Amino acid sequence: MRRISRRGFFKVTAAGSSALAISSTKKAFGMKEFKGYPDSMGVLVDLTRCIGCRTCEAACNKEHGLPEPEIPFDDFSVFDQVFHDGKRKRRTSDSAYTVVNRYDDTSSGAPVYRKIQCNHCNEPACLTSCFVNAYTKTKEGAVIYNPDVCVGCRMCMVACPFRIPAYSYHSALHPQIIKCNFCYDTRLKKGKPPACVEACPQEALTFGHRKTLIKIAHERIRSDPDKYVDHVYGETEVGGTSWMYLSSVPFDQVGFDTSLQHHPILDNTKSFLGFVPMVLGIWPAMFMGFHLLSTRGKEETEKKVSENK
Amino acid sequence: MNHLIVNKGYQPIDSLNNPDNGQKWSLWRKLLLGLSPSDYFRQVLRNPFNWVLGLIFAIGLPVIIYRYATGLGGVMHASYDYPWGLFLGFGLFCMVPLSASGFLLGTTVELFGHKKFKPILRLALLNGLLGYFFAVVYLLVDLGCPWRLYYPMFVSWGTAAVLFLVGWHVATYLSVQIMEVSEAFFEWVNWPTAKKFIHSGTIGLTVAGIILSTLHQGALGTLLCYAPGKVHPLWYSQEFLWIFYLCSSVFAGICMVIAVSTVVEKTMSWRCGSEFLDNLGPITIGLAKGATMALVTYLVIKIIGIIHDNEWAYLTTGWGTWFMLEIGLGVILPIILFSIGIRKNSVGLVRFTAFLTILGLMMNRLNTALITFNWDLYQEIPHPLEAVITVTIFALFITVYRFILYRLPILYTWKTVSEEELVSIADLDSTQTQQAAVLVDTAGKESLGPA
Repeated sequence: MRRISRRGFFKVTAAGSSALAISSTKKAFGMKEFKGYPDSMGVLVDLTRCIGCRTCEAACNKEHGLPEPEIPFDDFSVFDQVFHDGKRKRRTSDSAYTVVNRYDDTSSGAPVYRKIQCNHCNEPACLTSCFVNAYTKTKEGAVIYNPDVCVGCRMCMVACPFRIPAYSYHSALHPQIIKCNFCYDTRLKKGKPPACVEACPQEALTFGHRKTLIKIAHERIRSDPDKYVDHVYGETEVGGTSWMYLSSVPFDQVGFDTSLQHHPILDNTKSFLGFVPMVLGIWPAMFMGFHLLSTRGKEETEKKVSENK
Repeated sequence: MNHLIVNKGYQPIDSLNNPDNGQKWSLWRKLLLGLSPSDYFRQVLRNPFNWVLGLIFAIGLPVIIYRYATGLGGVMHASYDYPWGLFLGFGLFCMVPLSASGFLLGTTVELFGHKKFKPILRLALLNGLLGYFFAVVYLLVDLGCPWRLYYPMFVSWGTAAVLFLVGWHVATYLSVQIMEVSEAFFEWVNWPTAKKFIHSGTIGLTVAGIILSTLHQGALGTLLCYAPGKVHPLWYSQEFLWIFYLCSSVFAGICMVIAVSTVVEKTMSWRCGSEFLDNLGPITIGLAKGATMALVTYLVIKIIGIIHDNEWAYLTTGWGTWFMLEIGLGVILPIILFSIGIRKNSVGLVRFTAFLTILGLMMNRLNTALITFNWDLYQEIPHPLEAVITVTIFALFITVYRFILYRLPILYTWKTVSEEELVSIADLDSTQTQQAAVLVDTAGKESLGPA
């Protein structure tokens, strides 16, 4: 198959360098933390600019040749749709890579619109939880998926902290994960912004280098502190994401999960995975020792018993 | 089932040679349990349990075909928020800990040399093997592309993933368990060389079983560490989830052996050897002691888990009540009942408690993987057809389990006679054959050791 994976590469490098030079363990530890590719691109979504026109949804649908939606893109009644007893608004699905939802600002009563799609994490949970390496984080920042090796365990859907990946459950022969790919093949690879960004009439979406976008975001907050919540959502959430958000209302009021950890999801499994080679190394000798200790004594007593007879 | 055969003075096949004429049993006769084909099928039709199984298959098998014809969406809610349903929630998360019996009894008997538990060892090994095998069967239903099951082994490696470890370990451990159980199979098909070969590697296989079980039982818990926030904090623990899973698999596996041995004793005592039946009482009590220790340990570390993450506030919520119910019914009550049962030497109470503990364990696994999953979003009740398929595969599990127990020397000791005895039997005339048969019988019983 393709390539040594990024993760695999870093693991080997980290292990190798620590083995070669014990004095440079600090360096090896440093390698374990991945803060994203230096030239990673991203998109800054400014909720204060979004008017809920759904142009981005339409552009995405067209770009990826997705099926025509039941309710057309110029019909805003979709914003009133709720599911599961009102607990869930519209979400990404096997026919929509991106979705805009409307929330109500509790203080002003004005509507706030929020676009959701794959946030393209720096260290994605979908990628690190996939046991066939179906995901790749490209150097441009996109998290792309390869359906040719996917077994369909749906671990990535469980792992995604933003609940983005969808699955084509109704396909018997070619079921696959369906999610936003940052228009990687058609645009990003060529240095062009994704279709939704290009289509946005409000400039609510800003495409650029992730590093630059972080600066722009903080600059906007600084120049208008009364307007914005002092937080760039996605700057540090789950280790940082390529897509980031600015908002005028507290993020948890517009559907964002503000309880997310600020380090990669992968970190949660590291302590266990570190334990694995130790078990493989120690258990055989330890249990063979137990075996010898517990059976040798017994054989002797059994012998004695038979001798006494 | 045994009514008819008892009427006919039926003796189940438990030896290499037919005691009536000294001839080796043919494979065909062994498969039919020594009955003629017509008797065998009358027997099958007489047993009301077979009709229940038949009914389940009549409904369930078409549903399984329907699943493959239409994709998972036909039998599941096709939910993006609940990617996993009963197939994994029950089939993987419950079946795997309940199948820890193989490595536990293997360790007790082969590694620590507690020969007291030997009569139940093979049942525990078979229980482990079939449990894992059917966990894979559940997986074959659940995976979107089941025909790619081997991909993580041979096509594309996602080495950083916990599921990669689970996949590899379940596959390796399945082969280890096949080897462990194959001893009984080789006796049955009369291939002593192969049996001897496998037997020489017993300790190696047992240690491999411990390593693989430690890691993948724990890894199942770690799988949910990918979903912090989705699993309710009371069931989630980044540091300890793997050890909760490992520790609970210990009492789960033990209780499963107690439960299965109970069912076996009640429904197929004709197939059980005297060594098994005579020792089952003390063995059950002994197993209960082990299970109680694991349960107490589990209770302690669960409390440590709450202290560690400071989750006391959650206990007063509705989820907290549900959590305490799980711990109360599935851990604390079993500890009390087991203790009483052990003290009073009451096999009945111990068996009841074992069933209770199994339910508690299943409650825990379903809680972590399904019920408390998305606790702050909404709860989803699995699709009815999902339940139908889950029950059907479990019925298949029982059918295969029973098929093997009826035949292979799992519950009884296989009797063989030496070559000289065989020759002498062949030489004897018809009247003496009877005596020889008795001889063989005694020889077999002697080999059982002190009962």
